This record gives sequence, C-alpha cells and structure tokens, in this order.
Amino acid sequence: MQILIPVIILGVLGLVFGTLLGVAAKALKVEKDDRIEQITELLPGANCGGCGYAGCAALAEAIAKGEAEPTKCPGTKKENVNKIADILGIIVEEKEKTVAKVLCSGTCGKASVKYKYEGITDCVAAQRFGGGEKSCAYGCTGYGSCVSVCKFDAIHIENGIAVVDDKKCVGCGMCAEICPKNVIDMIPAKQKVFVLCKSKDKGAVVKDICSAGCVGCKLCEKNCPNGAICVTDNIAKIDYSKCSNCGACAEKCPKGIITKATL
Amino acid sequence: MSLFIELVLLSLSTILVNNFVLVKFLGICPFLGVSKKVSTAIGMSLAVTFVMTVASACTYLVQAFLLEPFGIEYMQTVAFILVIAVLVQFVEMVIQKFSPALYNALGIYLPLITTNCAVLGVALLNVQEGYDFIHSVVFGFSGGLSFMLGIVLFAGVRERLETADIPKALHGFPIALITAGLIAMAFLGFSGMKF
Repeated sequence: MQILIPVIILGVLGLVFGTLLGVAAKALKVEKDDRIEQITELLPGANCGGCGYAGCAALAEAIAKGEAEPTKCPGTKKENVNKIADILGIIVEEKEKTVAKVLCSGTCGKASVKYKYEGITDCVAAQRFGGGEKSCAYGCTGYGSCVSVCKFDAIHIENGIAVVDDKKCVGCGMCAEICPKNVIDMIPAKQKVFVLCKSKDKGAVVKDICSAGCVGCKLCEKNCPNGAICVTDNIAKIDYSKCSNCGACAEKCPKGIITKATL
Repeated sequence: MSLFIELVLLSLSTILVNNFVLVKFLGICPFLGVSKKVSTAIGMSLAVTFVMTVASACTYLVQAFLLEPFGIEYMQTVAFILVIAVLVQFVEMVIQKFSPALYNALGIYLPLITTNCAVLGVALLNVQEGYDFIHSVVFGFSGGLSFMLGIVLFAGVRERLETADIPKALHGFPIALITAGLIAMAFLGFSGMKF
C-alpha cells in the first residue's frame, strides 16, 4: 500500500497539470497563418538578410501579410516565386535579375599603396585609417568585408580585389551594401560589358596612382554606336538600358579597363 | 531583525557570496551557451529570473501541501521537474497570447529554461534551507539576479575576446572556459562574508 501513495499523488498531479495545459492551450490559442510556413519552405533559407528582413521566416511573414512582394528575395527561383504567388492568389510582375560586379581593376601591383595596413582584415575597419592603404580613394580595399557577408560563396578576393562569381551570385545585394567604397554595383545579369573603374579623380592623378584606372580619355564615348557610354566626372559610365553589348568600347579603351565578358 | 532587512541580506548574499553560477556552479549550460552577446544574455537571464521566482513559489506550495502531508518528500525531484516543466509551458502560452513582443524577445530562451538546472536547484535549495514562502520567493528572485550578474559579466568579456589576440589553440570555447574560471575566482573574494 505504501508504494501506492506517491504513485497516486504524482499521477493526480500530472493529470491535473496535463488537463490545465490542455485547457490553456485551447483558451490561449494564437491564430497562426499556415501560409507563412509554406512560403518559408519556398524561400532559399540562406537567411542572408539581403531583403532587409531578419531572415527568410521574417520575409515569409511579411509576404503573407502583403507587406512585401514575393519577388523581394532575389535568390528565390522563378518557379518558387510563382508557387508563392499561387499560395497568395496574386500575380507577380517579373523582376529583372541583377548580379553584383566589383568595378575596380586595381589588382596588386597595378594600384599603388600609400602605407602598410596591419589592422583587422575588414574593409570597414581599414576605411577608417585614411580610407585604406590603396592610394586610390575609389578602388576595392581588398579586405573581404563583402566575402564575409556573402551567404552564397559567390565573392572572393583574387589578387587584391574582390571578384564576383556570376554563376553563384543571386543578386541579394549584401556585398554592395557593406562595401565602404561603394565599388560594387548591382548590374542587370544580361549586361556583358563593364567599366571596371570608379575613380572620379582627374586623368593625371589616376595615372600616378594606378596603372589600371579610367583617365577619362573619351575614346569609348566616341566609338559607341548606340551613344550608351559617356564620361562624366572623369569616369566612363555605361547606360545599361542603351548598351547592346557590342564591345566596341572595350576594344578602344587604352587602359583595358572596359572588359567584355566572354560567353 | 525585521523581516525586510533579513530579506535584503538574503538576496545580497545570494547574489554576491553564493552566486548561483560562479560559486554554486548551477546553470552552467546556458551560462556557456547563451553568453556570446550581452543582449541575448540579458534576454535569457530575464526569462530565467522570472521562471525561478514563480517556480520557487509553486514548488514551495507543492512541497508544503502535497509532499510533506503525505510523507513523500523523497519524490521531490520528480515532482519539482513536473511543476517547472508545466510552469514554463504555461508561462510561454500566456506570454504568447498577451504580449507577443515579449514572446518574440524571449522566444527561444523560454523553452530552454525547462532544462536549466539552476531552476531545479533553487527549488531544492529552498527545501534544504527550510525557507518559508516569502523567503523562498525572494531566494528564487535573487537567485535569478545572481544568474543575470554572472552571465552578463561573462558575455561582456566574451564580446571583447572576439577581437582579442588569443593563441590559436585557445580560440573559441577553451578561452571561454578559462575566462569563466577567472570570473569565478574573482567571486571567491566574497566568500567567507556573513550577512
């Protein structure tokens, strides 16, 4: 008989608590939108934060509430975007895919340095010491802040500057955002010709500090059949909506900083 | 000595002299697990303080009105774990219903507390020391505060360690354990004080 007392007491205690929790669960039930879970499954799940929300689940919640477009995440595959639209019962407009591009050619040896930096390997930190060790105030610092924020392993430091892997880049824009030099641009994926320099310094200054910098000679501007490239603020700029990717500018550029990607 | 002064001294000695984490070594798992950032450490310790206070009250009632009258004090551990688990679940539901903001802030930490041995520890210590209801609640609350003091101090040090120049072999967890030891040693300075 002795052994029955604790068994009964604890059993009753457990039963009471269990019923209490069961009743509480019913009484305090919080309505949850089950679409949120479905949408979360369709998002990439990298939690990169490129959309501006705290991870994929937070974006899914915003999409379900109608606060964000299903196309908000550039990393989501087209068929998944359509599936999300089906869940919500809406039609989405297609958004042009963009990829990141580092607009700098100042690799080791080409760009001169003004001092030796021995701090933390982080561009934002290096930027605070006189704008980094490179003499050029506009070029890639090369300490890989972009590499550390990229969740898709799509950007790497090669020979002193960051290089984006087009195939892996989903266009989330995190690297462009962290870059203290603003040297990374989000460019339409179909664009194949780039001006790999962002220096607004005058030609003579650029020549002194970097052997691969735009000197603003305007040869590209004169040779473009579509009038898509023009030199403003001492730097050649391509109007991507007019450019036909013919590559005439790339052939004429004396510095070889306008490149045409081979396909 | 009036009751008030007695309670203040009890909480002081719990927070400093008999610190739950650094002197009694209770709740080491969240102490090491959730101490990488000061903000999460504060969130975790707020949740722990809350649960420890309520758990102290509930377990006292269970002990005084269920276990003792039937002479089954030896079932303490089982009964207390049951009470704490139910309590955490219930608190989670209530918070989720009435304060979604607080629920989001505590979020992941609430369920974790069920397995925090400091909570069970405070319930068992209450019985061991023979505290009455008010003493139990104050002991639970100040136990939570002592957990907060320990984990927030530790998180502050760990944040600085992130950028410090540490020998490679000690990176990450090893240096965290050494740091925890050093902080615990600092708290030994209070030992022997009697209020």
